[in-house]
Amino acid sequence: MAHFTKATSLHDWLNQRLAIDAVRRVMATEYWIPKDINFLWAMGMVLAITFAFLLVSGIFLLMYYQPNVKTAFDSVNYTIMTEVDFGWLWRHVHGVAASVVFLVIYIHMFTGIYYGSYKKGREMIWLSGMLLFVTFSAEAFSGYMLPWGQMSYWAGMVITNIFSLGDLHLNGLVEWIRGDYVPAQAFLNRFFMLHVLLLPLAIMGLIGLHFATLRIPHVNNQEGEEFDFEAEAEKYKKGDKKGSKVIAFANDFMSKDMFVVSIYLIFFFYLVFFHYDFAMDPVNFDPADGLKTPTHIYPEWYFLWSYEILRPFSTNIGLMAFGFAQVIYMLLPFLDRSPNAVPAHKRGAFKIWFWLLLINMIVLTAMGKMPPEGIFSTIGFFAALSFIGLWIALPIITKAERKL
Amino acid sequence: MTDKNRRGFIGKAFGAVAGVGAVASLYAMKKSWDPLPSVKAAGFTTLDMSGYKGNELITEKWRGKPVFVLKYTPEMVASLNDEQKKRVLKIGSDTYMIVLGLCTHLGCIPGYNPAEKAFLCACHGGTYDVTGNVTKAPPPRGLDIPPFKIVGNTIVLGEEGEEYKKLLADGITLSV
Amino acid sequence: MRELKILAVVVVFTLITYYLVEPFAHSHMHKHVEGEGYAYADLPALDKKGDAARGKELVMGAGACTGCHAISKEGMPAGMDPTMAAQSYGVNPPDLSNAGAVYEGKFLAALIKNPAHALMVEHKFDAAKGKMHPMPQFYGAGGDKDQEVADMVAYLQSIAPKTEELTSEQAYQLACGRCHENRYAGWTQIGQTPKFKKKQDELKFNLAKADYQDALTKYMGKLPPDLSIYIRSRGEHYIKTFVENPQAYLAGTAMPRVGVSPEAMDKVIEYLEDSGDAKRHERESVGKKVMIFTLVFALFAYLWKKSLWKELH
Repeated sequence: MAHFTKATSLHDWLNQRLAIDAVRRVMATEYWIPKDINFLWAMGMVLAITFAFLLVSGIFLLMYYQPNVKTAFDSVNYTIMTEVDFGWLWRHVHGVAASVVFLVIYIHMFTGIYYGSYKKGREMIWLSGMLLFVTFSAEAFSGYMLPWGQMSYWAGMVITNIFSLGDLHLNGLVEWIRGDYVPAQAFLNRFFMLHVLLLPLAIMGLIGLHFATLRIPHVNNQEGEEFDFEAEAEKYKKGDKKGSKVIAFANDFMSKDMFVVSIYLIFFFYLVFFHYDFAMDPVNFDPADGLKTPTHIYPEWYFLWSYEILRPFSTNIGLMAFGFAQVIYMLLPFLDRSPNAVPAHKRGAFKIWFWLLLINMIVLTAMGKMPPEGIFSTIGFFAALSFIGLWIALPIITKAERKL
Repeated sequence: MTDKNRRGFIGKAFGAVAGVGAVASLYAMKKSWDPLPSVKAAGFTTLDMSGYKGNELITEKWRGKPVFVLKYTPEMVASLNDEQKKRVLKIGSDTYMIVLGLCTHLGCIPGYNPAEKAFLCACHGGTYDVTGNVTKAPPPRGLDIPPFKIVGNTIVLGEEGEEYKKLLADGITLSV
Repeated sequence: MRELKILAVVVVFTLITYYLVEPFAHSHMHKHVEGEGYAYADLPALDKKGDAARGKELVMGAGACTGCHAISKEGMPAGMDPTMAAQSYGVNPPDLSNAGAVYEGKFLAALIKNPAHALMVEHKFDAAKGKMHPMPQFYGAGGDKDQEVADMVAYLQSIAPKTEELTSEQAYQLACGRCHENRYAGWTQIGQTPKFKKKQDELKFNLAKADYQDALTKYMGKLPPDLSIYIRSRGEHYIKTFVENPQAYLAGTAMPRVGVSPEAMDKVIEYLEDSGDAKRHERESVGKKVMIFTLVFALFAYLWKKSLWKELH
């Protein structure tokens, strides 16, 4: 048995059993972060806070929500919205956070792409982040089913139909996923389970993994500069904080994070209280009706770009393009053949590629919501082709990039 | 066999036994997701064909899905071409279209325009003619015909009768 | 400063995306109808001054209104219960006690003269094809017909509550409630759901409601929707302009023009807000406080950051 001495304080008592001093050093005071960063480096913290909001508001919604096709709609729209004290607050926070979390995820992703933070030892950061993106997407989709409104039902119908995989006609698979021929009780119950248990567990596990992947390669910096973290840390510890290129995670980096978070919260709560319609689609305030399709069916905004890649093609090609869009971001660290892990503005052709991709994503997103007619159909079709084209071009242009 | 090898072998064997258990439990998990027997049993619907009026689209329900029943007027029957005739059903002395009212693209419900005698899917703009044949993409094929069996002047949805099997064999519809 | 430039880039791209996905896309998806302020410009103005006393005689007598309509305020009860009335006429003819306050005067006049025209349901009730509106036209009581109609309108206005006294329940019940249930407010087409002492009473009530809804479904083609949270699913602008002229949004709809006055419409909206967005006042007041808190939070976050980073730069 390990040797324990009589504790001199609560701190000492804990320290002997949990090594809290060592943990604090490793995770906070001597977890070195580059000093040359901007507010985009705080998006991780913003995401963590948003996830915490989702978790807490979700717990309170869970106490009154009823996963039954007959009562689900009223349990949300009547019980939670009017009967439960502050039930409306939890619902608005949950709904708005679910939408805004994707905005921050996209900013976080494109920050990573711009600064090359997926390369040279940071591949696992990117991969675990993309896994988080996928599980968040599944979490958002399953949660969208729960109020059992018109959009819940019809989005559920359309998205699960994708699993028949076009000409493979896997109707058995679709019915297996639904537990019925159409979205019904079994479907609602299993998506409820996924939303409140299995997927949140997966997300929390992946968040742990994502943090762990950062610890060894360290966070990237604004100029993609490589330096000796050990040496810079020594400088910092000796008191030359001004001269050192690193800062401590806590409280140096943390204080900047929290300032960014505070600005974000102003924006977030403004949306929660005064501008929530974009995240809580009015159509979903009509109860689910399997015999009446809404005039326009569209997914939430964060799925629109991949929806638009599916839509303009015939079924089979559309599905292949859709599949391509789902996995291609995951492969980014391996498609970028350039040896340079520096910001896009130092990388020539890649810089153009980055801005084209961003604009392409926005065009796809916009066209994904438009009714598929006339000029919008055409724009959507070419945007979908450009998306595929851009990703095919990536290995070629990065291979040609000269080493800096 | 040395002791070391023996220990390695037993360890691997233990892993294999655990694997068998895990795979076996996956089977149970898969089966638990299957549609329940009561859900499957509710899959048969009988329609009495005597009450329908010409060129009036009636939406019935089968397995929770909408089924379009459209009785053709004599003029509509006369205007059908050979391709369209393959898709229509003769029950008693009348001719009907009976199809699943779900767009074959992504499952929205197309709307019927009795004046133009055509269907339009509002979701992605696909159109169908009066027998459910596609006239404008994105739908990849005509509206599916549900399994049916004609019994006198009634039709049982969910059972596969001779006429349905022939439609399947001719590739007019897919099994749904 | 570099950070502000980066922030500007993020904000601009976010706003462009927002604009395209929300206002721009929705402007293409939904027909926009501008309201006319309940002017009912297609209906003739009510320029004759009515005499309420003469109107009362007409309403009770030659106009034969009370054959079908109750006027409970004047002690005239309904001839039959709502369900039987719906089975006879398709929908329960309204109690006229509040009609003068809820409906615009010129609309009432036009309605008395030609219901199908005032209600904009001539596509459904075409006298030429023998399809008569269940409410018969008023052909006059022997004198100047326009004067007689003006008298009747004046009478209905004289017994109705004043605009400021009209409650949101009264407005909703008369204008919408005979076709549209509102289950979050406890309202059904046959009246407010009572508290039941006995299971039998509940079953009787539900049976009467189901019979009413069946008759109504037959009359309208489909059961008119429950309006509990229409304020969230459709929004104020849509509801207001739809009620004013349903045909402008949905040509051929069985929903009649309701002919409400602007003040009564505001009451209807209030009723819908109470059922569908009951906590709106709390949301706004809590919202303001939370916004103030976030500003203070941001100030302290800034001060903390500044105090730590002084040593780092």
